[in-house]
Amino acid sequence: MDGALPSLRPAATDPMVPRTFRIIRRVREVDGCFTLHLHAEDGRPFAYKPGQFNMLYVFGVGEVAISISGDCRDLNKLVHTVREVGTVTKAMARLKPGDVIGVRGPFGNPWPIEEAYGNDILFVTGTIGLAPLRPLIYEVLNRRGHFGKVVLCYGSRGMNDILYEKLLHQWRGRFDMQVHVTVHTGPAGYRGRVGSVANLIKIARFDPESTIAYVCRSETMTRPAVQTLHDRGVTSDRIYVTLERNMKCGVGFCGHCQMGGSFMCKDGPVYRYDTIESIFSVREL
Amino acid sequence: MVAIEGLGRLLAEHPFFHDMQPDIREIVVGCCANAHYRPGEYMFKEGSKADHFFLIRQGSVAVEVHAPGREGVVVETIGEGDIIGWSWLVPPYVWTFDARANEQVRAVTIDGACLRRKIADNHELGYEMYKRFIPIMGRRIAEARLRIVELATEPSE
Amino acid sequence: MDRSTTTDVRRIVTDRKGLDTLVAALGAEYDAVIGPRVSGGAVTYDPIASTADLPVGMVDEQEGGHYRLHDGAGDALFAYTVGPQSWKKYLYPPRQTLWRGTRHGGGFAVEAPPAPTERLVFFGVRPCELAAIAIQDKVFGAAAHDGRAKGEQQYTDTGYAARRAASFIVAVNCGRASATCFCASMDTGPRARSGYDLAITEIPPEPAPELTRDAGFTYLVESGSERGEALLDRLGGRPAADGDIQAAESVSQATRASMKREMVPDAAPLLARNLDHPRWDEVAERCLSCANCTMVCPTCFCSTVEDTTDLTGDHVERWRRWDSCFTLDFSYIHGGSIRRDTRSRYRQWMTHKLSSWEEQFGTSGCTGCGRCITWCPVGIDITEEARAIHESERRANEGSA
Repeated sequence: MDGALPSLRPAATDPMVPRTFRIIRRVREVDGCFTLHLHAEDGRPFAYKPGQFNMLYVFGVGEVAISISGDCRDLNKLVHTVREVGTVTKAMARLKPGDVIGVRGPFGNPWPIEEAYGNDILFVTGTIGLAPLRPLIYEVLNRRGHFGKVVLCYGSRGMNDILYEKLLHQWRGRFDMQVHVTVHTGPAGYRGRVGSVANLIKIARFDPESTIAYVCRSETMTRPAVQTLHDRGVTSDRIYVTLERNMKCGVGFCGHCQMGGSFMCKDGPVYRYDTIESIFSVREL
Repeated sequence: MVAIEGLGRLLAEHPFFHDMQPDIREIVVGCCANAHYRPGEYMFKEGSKADHFFLIRQGSVAVEVHAPGREGVVVETIGEGDIIGWSWLVPPYVWTFDARANEQVRAVTIDGACLRRKIADNHELGYEMYKRFIPIMGRRIAEARLRIVELATEPSE
Repeated sequence: MDRSTTTDVRRIVTDRKGLDTLVAALGAEYDAVIGPRVSGGAVTYDPIASTADLPVGMVDEQEGGHYRLHDGAGDALFAYTVGPQSWKKYLYPPRQTLWRGTRHGGGFAVEAPPAPTERLVFFGVRPCELAAIAIQDKVFGAAAHDGRAKGEQQYTDTGYAARRAASFIVAVNCGRASATCFCASMDTGPRARSGYDLAITEIPPEPAPELTRDAGFTYLVESGSERGEALLDRLGGRPAADGDIQAAESVSQATRASMKREMVPDAAPLLARNLDHPRWDEVAERCLSCANCTMVCPTCFCSTVEDTTDLTGDHVERWRRWDSCFTLDFSYIHGGSIRRDTRSRYRQWMTHKLSSWEEQFGTSGCTGCGRCITWCPVGIDITEEARAIHESERRANEGSA
């Protein structure tokens, strides 16, 4: 399949008021994560672009910002992979198929895709970072002909912490995609790669001068990933990162997600690295 | 003779030895030999004498730490083009971890014990070796630190 | 609403009785007239019925960490400046319901609150406050801006926009400046240029530079919109002559000349290149992180959301309420806050206000009203902090020249 994403716009609603979605499937993932498949109760489609996020609401508990991790060409099924870290996500983890969640969105600046046409594509991520990247990877593969090499560099803590492992095997089975996986530790005798994701960048095969890199890591680990990309000759204007801040409204009114002059919910969470490089080094900004 | 010429060319092309003065490099070449390891074979074990270092030409090597009473842990894999081993430079010259070939591994071994003796008389040689090893060690420490940070902060809480 | 070309402006001169007529006329047409009153020793904005409810004769004395109201201005109606409240109290209320939810069946239903319908008059809005309202119009998408996220990325707060459209503004040009005022250097006053339906200048009786008892104040009232103009005929009074217009200008000029504080020029790029300046450590020693400045600031807009449920757990309300970037958990993400130190939080507030706001919305976020200086318990002065950084840069440049 090729071409641009369907340009359906969601019907105009107050962005502060949620739509209700029903859980139709719940999948247990590794590492304290779970995936929810959602259907809109009003039956209307939900259109979004890879890299965007929703504010998910659990009745009586609260809201949390979660990246969308499904196939954005499926307008009727909304997929979110969530990790249990706080009150709201813990309450969400207890929900079952048939339960209802509030959804506001989609918000945020998506991963640019057309801008990358004609380049090699490099995905750099680890642990749950694969979740926000998945819609992008699907879409890049949907438009495979527009790109040169497509490379995924993925790292997790150990063999049992690899997210979407079956999907990684599927991708590795393609002849038109490189999939490099590393873990932090393996049991003695383990034959696979052990080390940092940055090392995978060193050995991946791509042309640094015509590559677009999409980095989805924690802020702490984004810096070393970018440094390794720089070492290989990928310049900052060819690197996209995704960052995280406290999100409350998702629409640029509450002020919580600000980083310097940027509202992360509107200007981000995806940023081209050269546009934030100077403020990235200021501590506690 | 032919083997050593081949090794000499190999070392001259490798980034680690690349800009070494030719006469210094000759000394090192004189301490080189080819080596081959089968999958699963240990190249060396913790506690044994560290009299060599290795340049990996092909294959990957698992750095393992043995944990008595439980399964050992692979903490790193070192791949093609990389150097393994600086314990030959650091007293008491014993290995601090195990190294196991993950697959067919072709390596060049360099006799560290021999080089140590030569360095005692040839400080120029010593300088050239330390100058190259310290950045490698620096990079390995920095990378290890980053991995500690990653393990400590992900998943957060 | 903006009629700033002189040919379209109608001006009359009236007296206090004329203003009472104005308040009554507006009160009949709108749900309430909100104006300055004395409450708890300060000027606050609450409903008024006539000029008798205003802080007649009151003068305020403001400095860093200091505010006193006292008598001394005779019959002057507007001899004070601004108090701790601002008009965001009405346009952007401290607590708003976002939506209500009710459990039913296996899920829940969501109900949005009705659009606000209250129509208010804001009487006595100072030029710096007009500027603040114009700034918040841009933040909440009620007016266009040329900052970073324009177009599709700028959402509109429909509640704010509705309240704004339903309000009538009577501005007052300041007859004096408090010591903490610096609107002149922010180019937001002391004379209003636009953004009002009517603007009043209180003119002291000739030849009095001082305010004395039994003085007969007159009021130049000028229109700023069609609906403002429509009211002028009902106020009694006479058309303004050139002398009256000149007298009103003189009042503003005197106010401007008396201003004691000023913001250094080019504060936005100055702060942007000094994010690691040692001055931040210094001010952090004094700052209590009490958040007063954000509460009194007329442009601060940060909010948070909270849920309240009833005892049955079947009904939930989601509220939006004012928040402050000074709270420790403002920037909290799983595991910890990004801004752990008072230093980084103070820096966030001040650099946002004076610098990154320009990138976001195309204007400064500061109107020079001075409230943050007055209401800071330890008297931290935003103009002094900016000047300190400016001076240290200048010294460093001289040193290396």
